Amino acid sequence: MGTSFKQLLSQKRSLILKEWFYLVVETYPEETAKFLKRQSDPFSNPVGRTVHKGVGDLFDELMLGLDHEKAHACLDSMIRIRALQNFTPSEAVGFVFSLKTVIQKVLGRDIAEKGLSEQVHEFESKIDELSLIAFDIYVKCREKIYEIKANEFRNRHYSAFRRAGLISEVSDDPFLK
Amino acid sequence: MADELPKSEKLIDVDYSPPSRGWMDTPVKIRKGMYCYAGNPKSLELLGAPNPRQWNPLDEDWKLPDNWKEIVFEGLRERIDKFRSFKVFMDICVRCGACSDKCHFFIGSGDPKNMPVLRAELIRSVYRNDFTKAGKILGRLAGARPMTLDVLKEWWYYLFQCSECRRCSLYCPYGIDTAEITIIGREILNLLGLNIDWIATPVANCYRTGNHLGIQPHAFKDMMEFFVDDIEEITGVRVEPSFNRKGAEILFITPSGDVFADPGTYTAMGYLMLFHYLKDLGLDITWSTYGSEGGNFGFFTSHETMKRLNAKMYYEAKRLGVKWILGGECGHMWRVIHQYMDTMNGPADFLEEPVNPITGTRFTNAKSTKMVHIAEFTADLIYHNKLNLDPSRNDNLRVTFHDSCNPSRGMGLLDEPRYVIQNVCKNFYEMPANTIREQTFCCGSGSGLNAGENMELRMMGGMPRANAVKFVKEKYDVNMLACVCAIDRAALPALMDYYHPEVDVTGLHEMVANALILPGEKKRTTNLRGEPLLGMEDEDAE
Repeated sequence: MGTSFKQLLSQKRSLILKEWFYLVVETYPEETAKFLKRQSDPFSNPVGRTVHKGVGDLFDELMLGLDHEKAHACLDSMIRIRALQNFTPSEAVGFVFSLKTVIQKVLGRDIAEKGLSEQVHEFESKIDELSLIAFDIYVKCREKIYEIKANEFRNRHYSAFRRAGLISEVSDDPFLK
Repeated sequence: MADELPKSEKLIDVDYSPPSRGWMDTPVKIRKGMYCYAGNPKSLELLGAPNPRQWNPLDEDWKLPDNWKEIVFEGLRERIDKFRSFKVFMDICVRCGACSDKCHFFIGSGDPKNMPVLRAELIRSVYRNDFTKAGKILGRLAGARPMTLDVLKEWWYYLFQCSECRRCSLYCPYGIDTAEITIIGREILNLLGLNIDWIATPVANCYRTGNHLGIQPHAFKDMMEFFVDDIEEITGVRVEPSFNRKGAEILFITPSGDVFADPGTYTAMGYLMLFHYLKDLGLDITWSTYGSEGGNFGFFTSHETMKRLNAKMYYEAKRLGVKWILGGECGHMWRVIHQYMDTMNGPADFLEEPVNPITGTRFTNAKSTKMVHIAEFTADLIYHNKLNLDPSRNDNLRVTFHDSCNPSRGMGLLDEPRYVIQNVCKNFYEMPANTIREQTFCCGSGSGLNAGENMELRMMGGMPRANAVKFVKEKYDVNMLACVCAIDRAALPALMDYYHPEVDVTGLHEMVANALILPGEKKRTTNLRGEPLLGMEDEDAE
């Protein structure tokens, strides 16, 4: 029984990924979502292709049992972009949960008929874990933005002052220390 | 990140899709992180620019003159009459969508109003309403809408989310240059005092002191002295730049950013070392502490302001009596020179057609503007075998090249920087074809958008570039992103810090100077950044 839910997931992998990908890109305005779905060149459509690759990698990682480090790498590229865009924090990371919606949509009947709810619950708890990793990454990305802002401001002004000779630095001269 | 957190009850009601509605019915929402602060009234006053006052884009009241609609209408009419290109661009777009997905701000932000076609429609819709019969009669059916305060705010918000990079224009079957539309749109906004401080204050500084940073002549010279000391420490050679020297053959002008901000400073040191090396071969060149800015933020304000700032460089060339001007690594400076200077302030008849004094090469491409890009100059020197180079000093670098929008699309400078890089360093790798050369992606911070408060916008706009860097980083272990633009050197380090902290940023002439063997130099153990050269990790720099 333990493998049957995963077998179902494996059998429906491409459909699940397609649905999940669509749900993620549909968090963007309609015209944008069309573009994100259509353009397959990874350099012309980095957001769409990053999401496309990301959901696939995450799904495979969940199937293998969820190695946090690997999951982190898969999520990072997606969240690094969404942390900048016009999303609330919950919207930025909420796409992880939409996998649950997709699984219910694609496999809901099978789950009910075959009494797989326990394994589903187990799998869904992995998705919850994933969401927490996503939250960590989101916060790190936001911190990074503020850090870059602060560093840029400091570097611009500090180096200008220093080069203009307006800053007295610690000297090697023992009498000036 | 959106600024407001949803209420808890809203979180339960999950709807992943945004509402579907037409763009005209989607009101503008000005979001923090996406816009730059308003222009400082003192800067506007100094320039004689309209409506100087304190205002905040987040406020309801933008403190506009009472007759602002009339000013916009007249501003639009004047420019339709004056610029045939603008009128054509307003009329001929068939909304085919070829440009729609080519903008780095659209790709990165996912905001449809950053599709070049839609950004232009923001203005076209008002043009149709006020200036076309179809628009006047059919209104919205003909894609027309009247100017309102919300429309004006939308103009301001999105016209300052365009870096005028012109990537979109490359794909337009009609040759519409959306950057030109942005330029005119910003010009009209300026009539109401709607600018940003990252542009207004550098422009005022440049008008006053000759450079964007407001560096006064003595401070400019002091800065260069620091470089001279650093160069001596690293190479054992003391270079001797000259300033404001009348009768020199060539005037050198570069963006002032390179004098103040790392890593541009290393590029400035590179220029100094190259000129020192060439001195004995016959180079007679001077810097100017008055014409100390190659960049031209006036370009992002109005044609008149661009002309005023550009003229200063040529006045200085005239005052010093030089024969021609050599220009440093800069972006929009070259677009101004290449596409506007000649009809704006040119032809520069008092100067001579540039000839490389060392190789004898005539730069016929600069016959009228009399200004040569230093990448062309250095490539010519290398081609004629005039530089003694040791590329192994750059062996720690695995380099890729970011074509800066303006030199590449604006003047066709594509092969010269690559030729130079491949002669001064052994490890060079190109990013994918649809992200370089004419199709290059902008750094995300051009056209005066390199401020701090709009960091989210910058990171989104730079994302397609960062994505291409990721490819060469993963495939070839690239660790250095080279460029020939001072805005790039200021903007790309932050972009790399966010996406790929392992990749650093350099100017072309920093690498040239590292490879350049100066006569009489001591054994070099470090590069210009003071980092040990490969194999020299244990040697102490004397």
